Amino acid sequence: MWRRIRALIVKELLALWKDRKTRYVLIAPPVIQMILFANAATYEVTGVALGVWNEDRAHIATELLHRFEDSPAFHRIATFDNPDAAAAAIAGETVKAVLHIGPTFSADVLAGRPATLQLLLDGRRSNTALIVEDYAQQIVDQFSRERLAAAGITGGIDIENRAWFNPNFESKWFILPGLTVILTTVASLLITALSVARERELGTFEQLLVTPLRPMEILLGKTAPGLIVGFIEANVIAAIAVYGYGVPFIGQILLFHVAIAIFVLSAIGIGLVISSIAKTQQQSILGVFLFLSPAIILSGFATPIANMPRWSQLLTYIDPIRYMLVVSRGVFLQDISWSLAWDQLAAMAAIATVTLSYATWLFRRKLQ
Amino acid sequence: MSALAISPARLAGLLRKEFLQIVRDPSSILIALVMPIVLLLLNGYGISLDAKDVPFGVVDENRTVESAGLYQSFANSPYFKPRLYLDSQSAEAALLRRDIDGYVVLRGDFSRRLAGARDPVQLAVVVNGVDANNARIVTGYAEGAISVWAAGRLAERGTRLRQVINVENRYWFNPELRSANFIVPGLIALIMTMIGALLTALVVAREWERGTMEAIMVSPATMTEILLGKLAAYFVLGMASLAVSVGLGIFLFQVPFRGSFGALILISAVFLVLSLAMGLLISTIARNQFVAAQLAFLTTFLPTMILSGLLFDIESMPHWVQAVTRVIAARYYVSSLQTLFLAGTVWPVLLPSLGALVIFAAVFLGAALRRTRRSLE
Repeated sequence: MWRRIRALIVKELLALWKDRKTRYVLIAPPVIQMILFANAATYEVTGVALGVWNEDRAHIATELLHRFEDSPAFHRIATFDNPDAAAAAIAGETVKAVLHIGPTFSADVLAGRPATLQLLLDGRRSNTALIVEDYAQQIVDQFSRERLAAAGITGGIDIENRAWFNPNFESKWFILPGLTVILTTVASLLITALSVARERELGTFEQLLVTPLRPMEILLGKTAPGLIVGFIEANVIAAIAVYGYGVPFIGQILLFHVAIAIFVLSAIGIGLVISSIAKTQQQSILGVFLFLSPAIILSGFATPIANMPRWSQLLTYIDPIRYMLVVSRGVFLQDISWSLAWDQLAAMAAIATVTLSYATWLFRRKLQ
Repeated sequence: MSALAISPARLAGLLRKEFLQIVRDPSSILIALVMPIVLLLLNGYGISLDAKDVPFGVVDENRTVESAGLYQSFANSPYFKPRLYLDSQSAEAALLRRDIDGYVVLRGDFSRRLAGARDPVQLAVVVNGVDANNARIVTGYAEGAISVWAAGRLAERGTRLRQVINVENRYWFNPELRSANFIVPGLIALIMTMIGALLTALVVAREWERGTMEAIMVSPATMTEILLGKLAAYFVLGMASLAVSVGLGIFLFQVPFRGSFGALILISAVFLVLSLAMGLLISTIARNQFVAAQLAFLTTFLPTMILSGLLFDIESMPHWVQAVTRVIAARYYVSSLQTLFLAGTVWPVLLPSLGALVIFAAVFLGAALRRTRRSLE
């Protein structure tokens, strides 16, 4: 029996490897995605194109403007002297924000009256607008605090920030451990989902059935390539993240391997279910896509689960990617212990059991 | 046989064939009409970068009116759901278990220092930095809550110089900063890419894989007619899903549409032709569905997701990545859609984008035609 299964696994791997284009798409996309994601997927905002509309010629306004110009967050590129010019520049996307200093600004500050600055932001990109606003607020707060201190006002508060596990708020440290999981999911799911559908579409599945292989053995043989490729891919991508991009890996590699194995099995179970239901490769690919896009969005890969509405938060509990992300980020960044990872491992094992059993049942029923 | 001669009768026949094929395999209809709905619902509701009710620890080792006041300031903030801890060890453990996203420590001598010291009192804010973006946002909110408390306290004590400068923020085009207003137009671009490129790539790759492409080629139909037939059929499907997506965006997600529908249809049509041409090109290169699907994801879906400004800000990317985005067609379409929805028909933004899209469409259409012809010989 094992010899037969081994022969089938060798056949499956050969089918993947012998086609030059298939081989290429198994290797190139993850590498390209890795490079693009690592560099492009950042929520940090730098060099915001800033326009200035200054109606106040006194030195306090100038001093504040210098603070904005010296900050790496802003890049002053335009000066306006009327609201219409500022409005046109925002609408035409020449500038992201306009800082407006009114004529009485310096006088108000000197007189101790609350002075007001206006920041006009392009709300089309709401996330960027929020971050830009935060940067501007920090610059102004710092400026205010220094003036207060210079005036001898006491009772101020100094806040010291510390970010555990990622002291410099590096986006890459967050994105890459997550990307390792996502790329592994895509590869193992696609390989599994397409293997049965392709054989069925080309008519070779019937040939497979008339061989001495039993249905369970065929199923095992179809599981193995996804597992092998997924496991190797996870390790390669993790290595690129660590050695290529300097993401720390301070946890236990054994925990990472155990978790990846369980996780890939749950993904393969889903792939086999899609494969058994779909009649053609096109339907399989569509099935994979219909599963993957919500699964990735709901996993917490790009945006926190806690920010989602209640009903979609509940949906995330049946998403295996959610659990693997916790373990992956845990072993990369915070040396997560087995006891802290236990819940995640158990949840993934439960999902794997359900999807694999369902796939087996579907597969048997299809054959009868 | 001239490749450019087009017979209306043959073209009508081909079109009929394409439509029958679409109707008979439900997966095409599913991609065109159900996928936009699923994608819009999930992303529109699922993606939110606005943190609220963040579980946040307040470690109160001080137990005085002052420290209780600071706790209250967190409780009053819409961004936080504070939890009280009596020592930093238990807050630390909660942070490790991911029960809280961060905490602030008020030491035993907090109120004494606050009353006496000339130097500012030091407060430590600790956040879980694993999710860097969220950590930065939470840190900002925590500083805000502490500042509100400090300002209130100074005001109570009658200090005149409370805060020297107020920043008044005005968000144009999206005054409430709704994530949906920003994400939905981008999603429509993603959907149009998927319909155009992925669907066409799969369908044509299947024809190559099954050998039915050769079967059509030996018919009297010219190559131009065959390709036109395919483009026209999927063009209709794509415009239908544009209508579905825009309708959902306006009526369900309440995204304002301030531009003109004429401009929307014009730019979308050009973008769709471009996507269809990319799909054709991919299928001719790939010749099998697995490779075509992967190639379509790699060359259309992912760039639209990451490099088009749909989610991530292009100006913040490294310069070489910014240069790469210039050849990503979706970039121009995303920016046009965001402008059409939120700002209006601003031609200074739309015209250069439209120009870029027309050039891309011509290039890809030409390449697809050439490549398909050559593969015949």
